[in-house]
Amino acid sequence: MTTTQERPAAEIGRDRRRKEDQRLITGRTRWTDNLTLPGMLHLAMVRSPFAHANITSIDTSAAEQAPNVVAVVTGQGIADEQGVVINAWPITPDQKAPTHTPVAVDRVSFAGEIVAVVVARSAAEARDAAELVDVEYDELPAALDLKEAAEDKVIAHPDLGTNKSALWVFDSSEAGTGGNVEDAIEKARSDGILIEREYRQQRLIPAFMETRSVVVDPTGEQITMWSATQVPHIVRFALAATTGVSESKIRVIAPDVGGGFGGKLQTTPEEWVAFALARRLGKPVKYTETRSESLVAAHHGRDQWQKLTLAAEKDGTVTGFKVDLLADLGSHVAIVGGGVPVLGAFMFNAIYKFPSYRFSCQTVLTNKTWTDAYRGAGRPEATYAIERIMDELAVEVGVDPLEIREKNWIKHEEFPFTTVCGLEYDSGNYEAATARAKEMFGYDELRAEQKKRREQGDKVQLGIGISTFTEMCGLAPSRVLGSLDYGAGGWEHASVRMLATGKVEVVTGASAHGQGHETAFSQIVADRLGVAFEDIEVLHGDTQIAHKGLDTYGSRSLVVGGEALVRAADKVVEKAKPIAAHLLEASADDIEFSHGRFGVRGTDQGMAIGEIATAVFAAHNMPDGVEPSLDSEATYDPVNFSFPHGTHLCAMEVDTETGALKMRKYVACDDIGNIINPLIVAGQVHGGLVQGIAQALWEEAVYDESGTLVSGSFVDYLLPTSADTISFDIDHTTSASTTNTLGTKGVGEAGTIASTPAVVNAVVDAVRQFGVNDIQMPCTPERVWKAIQTGGKGGGTEGAAMPHFEAGGEAGNQEQPGTASTEGAGA
Amino acid sequence: MTRISLTVDGAKVSDDVEPRMLLVQYLREKLGKTGTVIGCDTSNCGACTVHLDGTSVKSCNVLAVQADGGEVTTIEGLAQDGKLHAVQEAFRECHGLQCGFCTPGMIMQSVDLLKENPNPTEEEIRLGLEGNLCRCTGYHNIVKAVQYAAGHGADS
Repeated sequence: MTTTQERPAAEIGRDRRRKEDQRLITGRTRWTDNLTLPGMLHLAMVRSPFAHANITSIDTSAAEQAPNVVAVVTGQGIADEQGVVINAWPITPDQKAPTHTPVAVDRVSFAGEIVAVVVARSAAEARDAAELVDVEYDELPAALDLKEAAEDKVIAHPDLGTNKSALWVFDSSEAGTGGNVEDAIEKARSDGILIEREYRQQRLIPAFMETRSVVVDPTGEQITMWSATQVPHIVRFALAATTGVSESKIRVIAPDVGGGFGGKLQTTPEEWVAFALARRLGKPVKYTETRSESLVAAHHGRDQWQKLTLAAEKDGTVTGFKVDLLADLGSHVAIVGGGVPVLGAFMFNAIYKFPSYRFSCQTVLTNKTWTDAYRGAGRPEATYAIERIMDELAVEVGVDPLEIREKNWIKHEEFPFTTVCGLEYDSGNYEAATARAKEMFGYDELRAEQKKRREQGDKVQLGIGISTFTEMCGLAPSRVLGSLDYGAGGWEHASVRMLATGKVEVVTGASAHGQGHETAFSQIVADRLGVAFEDIEVLHGDTQIAHKGLDTYGSRSLVVGGEALVRAADKVVEKAKPIAAHLLEASADDIEFSHGRFGVRGTDQGMAIGEIATAVFAAHNMPDGVEPSLDSEATYDPVNFSFPHGTHLCAMEVDTETGALKMRKYVACDDIGNIINPLIVAGQVHGGLVQGIAQALWEEAVYDESGTLVSGSFVDYLLPTSADTISFDIDHTTSASTTNTLGTKGVGEAGTIASTPAVVNAVVDAVRQFGVNDIQMPCTPERVWKAIQTGGKGGGTEGAAMPHFEAGGEAGNQEQPGTASTEGAGA
Repeated sequence: MTRISLTVDGAKVSDDVEPRMLLVQYLREKLGKTGTVIGCDTSNCGACTVHLDGTSVKSCNVLAVQADGGEVTTIEGLAQDGKLHAVQEAFRECHGLQCGFCTPGMIMQSVDLLKENPNPTEEEIRLGLEGNLCRCTGYHNIVKAVQYAAGHGADS
């Protein structure tokens, strides 16, 4: 019954197969929608078809008469008990934010907003009856275009009087972290290089595979909510804070959760509605959204215009970078809201030694779906901007884009390095990652091939794209969050429970939704306590079991949650030492702990940690004054962010006659610090890459002129398939983080952050010879072709999603014919 | 209501169903076969893929009444006598899943693909799975898993 002393070599670094997989590959899963409770009722939402309208009347009588309908509830009918959906990060003290009621009460501000809820005995009956709810609207002009909205031409929320929510500014000369960027720009204008560009970050949809689902059971003393969420602890807090129900009466469980990517980092109207109606009716209720509802009503991501000014010496040494952002919040300020672009503020200087920097971001309300975190959250936008414009600088100087990066990046011997934003990068080695990536890519050979094909005037041209990215991960030091006016901290909690049989329960406040915490965290604890990987159970995602936590986002689980785990495990060892000394009849000073065994120095006597756990359980023979428990917990607040980095290289084949694109090769060499499980890391990188590549080439949430989301189903929103993508070449260089015990940096977002500019740089590189210096994302064949034809940016590309069902097109995503949403394409 | 009788994962079942009920709804709501999941409402994602009379179908694209008299195998019926199917084993071995939501459909489609083509090229695998969406893996390790399964007797 005890653990052995014959554990194999270290678990950390092993490509352990995942503990999670057995249930997932056999269908023995607990997705929220799988839950059925006795007497459970089902909700269906009536959603506004209009982007902006006053609700003049709602007639629920026909719906109420429909079979098995229990209740039909309007915003007016639930106004007093529904609570509000919160914004946790008011980025400025004067930020303007409309009240976000879960069900609209008298006015709707985006197409898809809930206006009424039907409760019935089955989901089908609820949906049938929802069709019978008759809502009269008085349509209002809608603020749709981000730039026009920023000029207050049409007001998204009339009572606010403006669409401008907040203006957030960082200036290195004001912060004392660098010089004045205007001086640098002035000098570059007369005696250097000045590059001015405007880039578009199109609107994206996270599109997790499991749509959002919530079950609320009000039976018993506590109200239990199961939700497909990344953030059960935050949901619990916010429910308590906005409904007046005591936090101790609310239990939130995130069971198996089918992906999130930031899209489930939210407190949602649907959760709040389900909570209110379960309480009112005294019955369990369930709501599972359809995919079409998910695409229109779950928060979107990105959606920025970026005005950039890069100042440099004639030799390409950057002297200043100025960034002016417009960020579309959509209809409401979401939980992170304006904090998303602010997270990017510190990353536009990336891996470079810029002497001066200024960032300003105007967040803007519009009558479109609200936006919030999507994989990378602020950092992909920043990385895209800087990595695109560094290529432009290289062209101006007339050198290889890697050369211009090397001229400006922080050298490996200069770490730790304090950036122009005031962040201290603890470790990194950009030279090493770049050298390895070039070697894997065959950089020089591909450049030679490119040159030859250009000279020959080949119909299909080769483009090479580079992205030398970094990111700030491990969200986040609480005092930093406090200084940025975020409403909560950034710590994480863990506990380690030593069971009587020698098995170990690990409880983490991080809440996995596909990442593999159960496996990776088991590896960490196995090494730390010297127990078998199989003897460890990782528990998470239930506020009653993991009573304390701040959940999973921002590549924080390992860097912050893992460190909490290490500290809790170390406390177990410290608690066990005096007990081991007592049982071994030795002095505590002579006890050594190694590989799961407490030994007496200079002897062969010792006990396994599991044996001590059993002895503590019995508690027959404890030293005086020592409590009979080894269980320990730790709450860790990070002292700094971590800074993964890497060099990504992409080769694209561009058919200059048709604009068709084909990815030929993609190499990623990431430095993510020490690696716990290389198999899981590879999966994170691959999946991240495809999400970033998808932004570059395929995805866009498109609205028509009346504010209807036309890419509102998987027929129209182009998620890449296996046939659209390639296999990747990935590797790692390692410079361990110095700010956490395990030396880890985080990897959840790296691929997404790095890949988008690598791909677009490659596409532009292939056609730059035709006078092209930008192609707006997604780089559809149509846009590429137009760019080649006009030597411009590919024409006005606002709102043009990829027409992926073009007759005879080779990019067909799915087989059945459909109508492509090409509104505004190439106008 | 229409009476249907069919075999699901080896068990004979019989129910009265609404004519509009989809096979996937029947599996999930009537039989509790929640291993098969719904990922979209336009037949694009393939998460609900099962085998009907030995061939993969998107069970959101089949009415329950169409399965009358048929034999359905879901992800829950793939392992035999407690032994994982070679494709299930391969997905675990190659880390071909993360959140696991697309996995039931992806595995069922992969089994069918390998039945028709026991030694597919990478391109054939990619084309054969293009009706199944995954948001986590970037498909890289799913392709590897199918290759691995092909080399470990998945077609047998």
